[in-house]
Amino acid sequence: MILLPCPWCGPRDSEEFGYVGEIGARPDPRTATQQQWRDYLYLRRNVAGWASERWYHRMGCRRYLVIERDSTTNEIRQSRPETPRSKP
Amino acid sequence: MTSRPWRDAKPRRVVAPTMSMRLGPQAGEVIDRAASITFEWNGRTYPAHRGDTIASALAACGVDVFSRSFKYHRPRGLLTASHLDPGCMVQVGDEPNVRGAHRLVEADMQVRSQDTWPSLSFDVKAANELVRRALPAGFYYKTFMSPGWLWPTYERVLERFAHGGVVGTQAPDGRPGRYDKRHAHPDVLVAGGGPAGMAAAVAAARAGSSVMLVEEEQQLGGHLRWGDDADLSALREMRALVETTPGIEVLTDSVVLGRYDSNWVSVLQRGLPEIDERLVKARVKTLVVAAGLIERPYVFAGNDVPGVMLSTAVRRLVNLYAVKPGERAVVLAANAAGDAAAADLERVGVDVVRVEDARTGGDVVAVRGRGRVRSVQTADGQSIDCDLVVTATGWTAAVSLLTMAGDVPRYEPSAARFMPDLARLSVDVMATGGIVGDGTLEELVAHADATGREAARRAAAVAATRRSASPTATVEDAGSGDAMPAIVPPTLPVNPHPELFRGRTHGIVDFSEDVSSKDLFSAVAEGYRSAELAKRYTTATMGPAQGKLETVNAVAVVAEATGQTIAETGTTTWRPPYAPVTLGALAGREREPIRRSPMQAWHESHGSTTLVAGAWVRPDHYGDPAAEATAVREGVGIIDVTPIGKLDLRGPDVARLLNLVYVNKWSKLEVGRVRYGVMCGEDGVVIDDGVTGRLGDEHYLMSTTSSGAAAIWAWLESWLQTDHPQWQVHVTPVTTSYASINVAGPDSRELLGRVVDDLDIGPEAFPYMHVRTGRVAGVEGCVLWRIGFTGELSFELHVPAGYGLHVWEALLEAGRDLGVRPFGIEAQRILRLEKGHFIIGQDTDGLTRAYSAGLDGLVKLDKDDVAGMPELRWQHDQRDGPRLVGLRTADGSLVPVEGSQLVDRDGRICGRVTSSRLSPSLGRSVCLGQLDAEHAQPGTQVTVRLIDGTTAAAVVTEHLAQVDPEGSRLRG
Repeated sequence: MILLPCPWCGPRDSEEFGYVGEIGARPDPRTATQQQWRDYLYLRRNVAGWASERWYHRMGCRRYLVIERDSTTNEIRQSRPETPRSKP
Repeated sequence: MTSRPWRDAKPRRVVAPTMSMRLGPQAGEVIDRAASITFEWNGRTYPAHRGDTIASALAACGVDVFSRSFKYHRPRGLLTASHLDPGCMVQVGDEPNVRGAHRLVEADMQVRSQDTWPSLSFDVKAANELVRRALPAGFYYKTFMSPGWLWPTYERVLERFAHGGVVGTQAPDGRPGRYDKRHAHPDVLVAGGGPAGMAAAVAAARAGSSVMLVEEEQQLGGHLRWGDDADLSALREMRALVETTPGIEVLTDSVVLGRYDSNWVSVLQRGLPEIDERLVKARVKTLVVAAGLIERPYVFAGNDVPGVMLSTAVRRLVNLYAVKPGERAVVLAANAAGDAAAADLERVGVDVVRVEDARTGGDVVAVRGRGRVRSVQTADGQSIDCDLVVTATGWTAAVSLLTMAGDVPRYEPSAARFMPDLARLSVDVMATGGIVGDGTLEELVAHADATGREAARRAAAVAATRRSASPTATVEDAGSGDAMPAIVPPTLPVNPHPELFRGRTHGIVDFSEDVSSKDLFSAVAEGYRSAELAKRYTTATMGPAQGKLETVNAVAVVAEATGQTIAETGTTTWRPPYAPVTLGALAGREREPIRRSPMQAWHESHGSTTLVAGAWVRPDHYGDPAAEATAVREGVGIIDVTPIGKLDLRGPDVARLLNLVYVNKWSKLEVGRVRYGVMCGEDGVVIDDGVTGRLGDEHYLMSTTSSGAAAIWAWLESWLQTDHPQWQVHVTPVTTSYASINVAGPDSRELLGRVVDDLDIGPEAFPYMHVRTGRVAGVEGCVLWRIGFTGELSFELHVPAGYGLHVWEALLEAGRDLGVRPFGIEAQRILRLEKGHFIIGQDTDGLTRAYSAGLDGLVKLDKDDVAGMPELRWQHDQRDGPRLVGLRTADGSLVPVEGSQLVDRDGRICGRVTSSRLSPSLGRSVCLGQLDAEHAQPGTQVTVRLIDGTTAAAVVTEHLAQVDPEGSRLRG
């Protein structure tokens, strides 16, 4: 029901997308400790308010995109194409 | 019993009901006197006119009691005579909970009252009036708790008292319900077809918007329909305007169910010729809420006795349906509607004995009567004999849709109602009409007209924004730079109104849930001191009207009980749906996508039993799976494996991607070679497996599990787009571009050679785990690889899908003398199990990391990166977790049920059987299982606990494969 602004397709109903999750950095797999890796796997900040999150336009252009959304109002500020996850 | 001459004078008809309370023609009536029909009510035949509702037809025949209340089974009559009427839920045929005051009568309709035993007139359950003390609000939290062993008895008893009608499993004519869905994109949707709604719709359409006008009743017009001559004349004009203005789609007998994010609005449409109900899902640019005002009941003793009704009920019955609501009336009027109701009653010959004017201190204290009003006590202490008590004590704004859009209504004490806080509405939602304020018809229409024009302006702005947000937008789409200025509707006056919620006695607040003001006081006394808590504890406002008739009175009573003001108490939250909606309407048409391979029709016409796997239908077997498996082991068989996921990968960096997603190494895979790989998630859990072959320097074909086809594509894209956009890899799904056939068995090479003419498929030219492309049965561009899920010599062909059936039939034809036969999924499962090949999701679960699936040799930890690498490394180091093992039961004829537990000497669970079949090759059962590491050594004895609780001995096998463990047949 939310209209998501796909950078390639324009505003489309959220049912066309798959929600991937919060943006979070992937630790270096070669040096991560168990704590760091499992935080990356299972913990989320789950902010009540503005956060960046990743969506996948699975019933559209099949591109990954990043959206800034306020989780308390579903207001959407900006969307941009997927960019490489920063590595620490 | 006091004498009631006016009542006893009415002749009692025992035989056939007649329209004894039908009036002469009324100016605005909606019944067609020329069309007479009959219908059944509780087994008796009643007359009606086309246009009558069930309730109006019955009321015309003098019926007083329509139902019995939920808890106390008190007789109930008409209260609002509208679709919200709580006393009027009836069973029509096999359809329960029909709103009798809204549903039109159809010829030969069979209508019954609900929830009355043994009959409406004599209800044994009314005896629970006597045990009222045992059944206060929330009784189920206090009584019927102990002893626990009596719960089944309590259940059986309370079941009989449960409310509601009967749901038939099939309609009388045997057809299932017909439901439909529709997607709509109106510029403006107007919720409410009264004068404000109509004016807004016309104004918006004239300004260029496409408009959808939704009205809950069967006609447009709202309160104009039962008004005076001036109202009726205005009604005719406005209806004509709506009809002649292009761009307005009118949906009557339809209700807006809810407003969701970004103005996604759902509408339930009824009254369609071929469809029972249609759910319209609309993406609306501007929503205009003109839902109007709902009249509120008055709370006092006896306010639920049949014959007590609201002024709008009286005006509807008299003016729309030409029904006399009673013979002798007392009217409590706090506003003009009450005055008008009294005038209507006098006009049609009802004896209006007293008009209590609440504006000057008049009041109604208590009503006496059971099956019908007998007398009423007024404020001055007098007791007046009558059979009709009319109250007009105030209005409730129907703000539900607005609250769904973020509005928090404010209580306005001078007007005695909650008003929407228009400043909080988002820009795509507007309100007009009685919801916003009062005024003359002209003032309301002027406000609505301005609202409609502004709604159209906003809709056009939204359209322009959406167009320019599209990546293919042009300069023109951005719109002209000169935006129209906003149109501000004029302010509407808000008329003062006395605050009248509860009178001087206790009465019913929620008629549907049978909650009295006394119950609310008790709830507050027990500590449920807020509106939200008191609502949940007493269930007030939780009935079919969802608070439209009850909330404000409930809030006022809670305020009274807590000593707070109504404004301080606040209201409860309105959530979708606005009105009850059937599950059928939400489900819509049955429309599931089904995937079939090009050979599926062939399978079905050759006796296959269908297996549903996700969206695919596949052949499970052709009658004898064991024989099919044997044919593969001894001769040759072919199987349709089209649903296998196939991904075409091209580019210079494909090997990098493969190294990242598979646990093994891929950089040195040569052209023409195929390799088996397993994928893990970032948590090290096995998610997919398959073979990938290299068709060219920069061209690979990956296969995945059938159920993983879409997910793995998304997985690959996620890595490429999120982490490695610099890699040059193109991924193209070709799952349905190729029909896939596996030719398996010792004679498979012989068979394949008969249909392949441009390729040497001999053992040296086409070794195990190689891939070739060539022509099969005359079809160019086929991919062949030599792999072996079944453990026999076998070839998997990927044929351009359009030729799948041709190649399938060619193989069967060419191999006739070899005894080639098709085999299905079940046979394939037997064969792979004999060979110890695991199936993801069957022998692994959501916790099975790579080393627990027997993949020790496959995992290469010395790579730069692989999904799940840290978890794989830790599992390798710690050697913990269960292991995949083969199992052989001591009794070969025992085939343990999959999922049977494995227990150790102390009876502790240490694993489970994951796959289990009878092997035709070995003549005994073969199993795979997950087993804790300390018991997983070959030769270890384990105990299987079967589902009937008995146990059986089993041993861990040397190899996972129990047939041809060395794998010599595969490589031949």
